[in-house]
Amino acid sequence: MKEQTNVQAGNFKLVDYCYLAGMLLPILAGILLKILFTPASSGIQVTGPMIFFTIPMPVQDLPITESQVNSWLVVISITFLCLYLTHGIQAVPHSKRQIVAEWIVEKTDHLVRENMGDFFMGFVPFIGAILGLSAFSSLLSLFGLFPPTSDLNVVAGWAIMVFVLITHYKLKGGIVSYSKSFLEPTPVLLPINIISEFATPVSMAFRHYGNVMSGSVVSVLVVAALQGLSNMLLGWLPGFLGEIPFLQVGLPAILSVYFDLFSGCLQAFIFAMLTMMYVSGGFPKEDYERKMARKAAKNQ
Amino acid sequence: MMELALGIIMGCCALGAGIAMIAGIGPGIGEGNAVAKACEAIGRQPEAKSSVTSTMVMGCAIAETTGLYALIIAILLIFVAPNAMGNVLVRLLG
Repeated sequence: MKEQTNVQAGNFKLVDYCYLAGMLLPILAGILLKILFTPASSGIQVTGPMIFFTIPMPVQDLPITESQVNSWLVVISITFLCLYLTHGIQAVPHSKRQIVAEWIVEKTDHLVRENMGDFFMGFVPFIGAILGLSAFSSLLSLFGLFPPTSDLNVVAGWAIMVFVLITHYKLKGGIVSYSKSFLEPTPVLLPINIISEFATPVSMAFRHYGNVMSGSVVSVLVVAALQGLSNMLLGWLPGFLGEIPFLQVGLPAILSVYFDLFSGCLQAFIFAMLTMMYVSGGFPKEDYERKMARKAAKNQ
Repeated sequence: MMELALGIIMGCCALGAGIAMIAGIGPGIGEGNAVAKACEAIGRQPEAKSSVTSTMVMGCAIAETTGLYALIIAILLIFVAPNAMGNVLVRLLG
């Protein structure tokens, strides 16, 4: 009996190690790809994502860029993290990771219920996924990899997805009330209303992209400036003494804490918050209830 | 001729980037107001500190947006526009 439980525990641990490896290996693979594909260049450059290869397509060639590859690596990593956290869950939690997993689920539930109301509780997995994907994508820059969120295409894709959701929930009240909402408060404002409808995804995409990208650009510029300064101060020393980067020790780390950790997590939170607010704010509750009541009356 | 045109392009891109960043004034004032009011609110009601802080951070991040638009324009003008315009010029003049 005792041996059997030991064997089970051994299996249990083996699966755990596999999950941990599944979390860490994608990041290692990303670092390896970065090392292999980075061209030898001198100086510090501000460039977009690297293009690994392009697939020929009829209309336009499809480039496979660093941001696509890195976001897939993040997705794999998050999948294994979820598998690790939920491995061997029981009705009464006795492991630390089950408590962490339950904390995450409870917090996301609470966030969605506070901001969207009970009707939208189906949004909990979506909001959790957006939060996790965005936060982990931004935090990828801690490993020296290209964060997918600093590519406009990635964030614009998310913003378009959110725009489709917003329009879908606005149309729930019927197409008449949706078209009428463009004529409020006066019909004169029709063009402005249409512009503001399309400004929502644009502003969401630019906000997230601008924050993450500006952080990396500012860090690169500060490092370049410090390099120049320390070369200027120590350049007269002979040999390798002149190349000691002593000024680059402290400041980039502090900047990284702000730009990578704080700003990345904050932008993930704000993207999720705005998604919730736009979707639940655009939902015409009274029209929807009226429509449902009419439908129920018709069916009887 | 070509050198002059390229010089004008690069100089104007740098000038434009500098002028675009004037937009940083707006979010600065707005966020300063928001933080000042949040400090007042926390001073009046210290027990509401956490919710006031989270709302303030959220509002600050949204107020920051216009400044970020300007920053994106400035970065594009510095790092992207000179190359693109130079290529156009080379193609036009041969």
